[in-house]
Amino acid sequence: MPEDHRMPDHTETLGAALVRHGIGRRDLLRFALAMTASLALPPGIAPVMAENLARAKRRSVIWLSIQDCTGCLEALLQSSSPTLESIIFDFISLDYQETLMAAAGSTADRMLWDAVAANKGEYLLAIDGSIPVKDGGVYALTGGRSTVGIVEALAADAKAVLAIGTCAAYGGIPKAYPNPTGAVGVEDLISGTPIVNIPGCPPMPDVLSGILVYFISFGRLPALDERKRPLAYYGTTIHDRCYRRSFYDRGQFAQSFDDDGARQGWCLFELGCKGPITHNACASLKWGGGTSFPIESGHGCLGCAEPNFWDAGSFYTSLAGGSPTGWQNASMAAAVGLAGGAAAALLARDKADPDPEETPP
Amino acid sequence: MPPRRIVIDPLTRIEGHLRIEVEVDETGAVIQAISAGTQVRGIEIILRDRDPRDAWAFAQRICGVCTLVHGLASVRAVEDALGVQVPPNALLIRDLMVGTQRLQDHVVHFYHLQALDWVNPLHALAANPRDAAQSADRLGCRESSVDTFARAQIRLKDLFTSGQLGIFANGWWNHPGYTLSPEINLMAFSHYLEALTWQREIGEVLTIFGGKTPHPNVAVGGAPCAISIDGPPPGEGAATAVSLSGLMRVRQLIETMRSFIEGVYLPDLIAIGGHYRDWFTRGENVRNFMTYGDFAGAAAGHGFGVPRGVVLDRDLSRVHPVDLQDPDQIQEIIAHSWYKYQGGRNGALHPYVGETVLDYTGPPPPFERLDAGGTYSWVKAPRWRGKPMEVGPLARLVLLHAAGDASAKAQTAETLGRLGLPFEAMYSTFGRILARGIESKLVVDRMIGWYDRLMANITNGDRRTFNTEKWEPSRWPRQSRGIGTIEGPRGALAHWVVIDDGRIANYQAVVPTTWNAGPMDEQGRHGPYEAALMDRHRLAVPDQPLEILRTIHSFDPCMACAAHVFGPAGKEVVRVTVR
Repeated sequence: MPEDHRMPDHTETLGAALVRHGIGRRDLLRFALAMTASLALPPGIAPVMAENLARAKRRSVIWLSIQDCTGCLEALLQSSSPTLESIIFDFISLDYQETLMAAAGSTADRMLWDAVAANKGEYLLAIDGSIPVKDGGVYALTGGRSTVGIVEALAADAKAVLAIGTCAAYGGIPKAYPNPTGAVGVEDLISGTPIVNIPGCPPMPDVLSGILVYFISFGRLPALDERKRPLAYYGTTIHDRCYRRSFYDRGQFAQSFDDDGARQGWCLFELGCKGPITHNACASLKWGGGTSFPIESGHGCLGCAEPNFWDAGSFYTSLAGGSPTGWQNASMAAAVGLAGGAAAALLARDKADPDPEETPP
Repeated sequence: MPPRRIVIDPLTRIEGHLRIEVEVDETGAVIQAISAGTQVRGIEIILRDRDPRDAWAFAQRICGVCTLVHGLASVRAVEDALGVQVPPNALLIRDLMVGTQRLQDHVVHFYHLQALDWVNPLHALAANPRDAAQSADRLGCRESSVDTFARAQIRLKDLFTSGQLGIFANGWWNHPGYTLSPEINLMAFSHYLEALTWQREIGEVLTIFGGKTPHPNVAVGGAPCAISIDGPPPGEGAATAVSLSGLMRVRQLIETMRSFIEGVYLPDLIAIGGHYRDWFTRGENVRNFMTYGDFAGAAAGHGFGVPRGVVLDRDLSRVHPVDLQDPDQIQEIIAHSWYKYQGGRNGALHPYVGETVLDYTGPPPPFERLDAGGTYSWVKAPRWRGKPMEVGPLARLVLLHAAGDASAKAQTAETLGRLGLPFEAMYSTFGRILARGIESKLVVDRMIGWYDRLMANITNGDRRTFNTEKWEPSRWPRQSRGIGTIEGPRGALAHWVVIDDGRIANYQAVVPTTWNAGPMDEQGRHGPYEAALMDRHRLAVPDQPLEILRTIHSFDPCMACAAHVFGPAGKEVVRVTVR
């Protein structure tokens, strides 16, 4: 992958455009500093990022929605740093996105293939929603064609594929038992093009935009884990960063959604919280520009960024066992490799339990 | 000359995947129209055998745009089945969330999905920002500086001169149907940007109560967000997001909502609707309207609740009662859909005895056209006592009028008065768009009252947000069934659940866009989308069917909702006997 990835077009650089919007080099550096913090990069890299951003052209992004609910795009709308406005005017050229684009019908279809031809090998392909491969792909049609072939063709010429949301990453809810349409995630269908998984139902808005900015700044993908997730955002569990962690360590657990413990912010572990086994940045970045995240608003984590979380038992069954009322025997442990986390959780509880004063009412 | 066929697929700026095919005569008049849902996932099938307390999370993923409402419909269905009494605070919190989501959805629909059918950003380049500011002022917009409009114009100029037009590329910008002045185009585009910021800000209400948006958390038995009003110990953060500062923030955001609805959204609707007056004369034909009613917490005692009922043939003198239990009232028909029924293709089944068997009998892809005489959609055709119904903001306004709601009548009369139009003008493409704005004003006006009642309860020592009595499955009846209804942004939504031995035995959702976007029934009667397109639509430029986008977008399609049901081919997947 060449270091300098300028696109063969006549557009001015991002830096020049920003200057005309009253955003100078210093603002760009400040922005880069904030982004490096959110991406867990060393601060020394910020000037490089700012420099690269200033020199970058707006990269072509083609966004395809297959078996989607549009929640992933709605998530991008909620991004606070940078905002959607800034993303589509300053950072990328969103050349195909059915929910936002002005063009319709055959005009839109032509745009799709024009964008592919003009940016061959350079565009980012973003996909939300799973892809139904059963029965010749009749469960997701566009322009009278199956979407399976379209995804394959577009991925072949992309610089990289962003699998946005748990559906695109792992199959998500359409793949949940009994997977009526033969839904699969991007990596089950595509090979030969780098893939980044950005799971979450939906993914965190600032994670989505952060990954886009990283790619535009450095022209390459961020460091990924074995599940192709950016380590900066998915490297730790929600439990690791949870502000209620001290209650967990002390063995103070809410028993109902509105008991005294719940009102005092006690740990939601016994109400089924999947934070200990869920890798995402909810507890650190938070949603709504830092407003809250599911646990802070009183509900346990559903585990929505993990593969197969839909089939991993009830959302209200404690990871420590409890009385599973879920629909089948496949436990969370079997589905997401919980063993270590649960053992640690039990250990922590055992430590805490001897003190009866601190157990919940 | 034979009729010419025009296909729009993908029909963009909607939620999900929709194909429209029309036939036009030599004058460009639409003489036949079919509406086809082209994507399915099968969430109801996936819901079978699950824990009913988990169902909301699955059901909510039916749609990420009308997020929340499917989750709440599901929660209400389970609460109805199990006989759960929800505490007043939880009802009010839910109403505040539904109100916020309603406004966010309507505004995003107008500016980001619909506006580009009426507003031409290319023409905004010719505007003088000072004139735009003056126009905005004249229209009663809240204060906005010349600078704001100038900055919006620079955004556009940069975009159009960069050669990378992104989402604005290849709009039909030369279509003769775009006739707004440059100043109004610039004002509206500036508000397109402002609305993006606004919708993000007010979304915080959903994040405070639900932890995130889209797809905030809800729970069977109440609201999962405990109220931590006593404040944190010094030096620590609040225990939960619903703290004193969180609640104050909600209060502040309701004002943010009101300011935009009154000072931007309604003035824009009046400016744009007032300019395109002929769009108050076409785009409605079913003439029947249905609501399920909503705002449960608010309606308990106080003022504004949307009634439940049907108005037939625009006759406002009579509201017909709707009973969702009655097997003869709400039924789904598959005569032109890709499903089959045991009793044959011409059957009509109530959701409690619904069958959902996939039967793709469309042409093998790739194909050029669908057959209006055969099957052509993944969407079923729902009917009330055999009749097609329009649901949504216009239906709610019609039912509020029929029920004699004074505030709805006054707000509608005032808005139409500014346009110099009679109530009949509401039965149209732009009437449907205007109804969203009028409804937004009615909702935001009530939200402060709901908020004040929540705060009064808390002040009086009532912190309850959740009822644990029926939480444990051991306290459930062995068999039960229930219905949860809600008015979603796009209209009447209901979920039917059958619970057997602690598990879901059957789950059915009949959603707003199914009512509006559904195909013909067994007698060849069209649903609202198709009928509306055949109501006085003439395409000025057949290759650029802007007129079709205008009317289809006026319904705010949500196709992921509409086509969420089906099962594996040839296998019966849902069959329930009424007990």
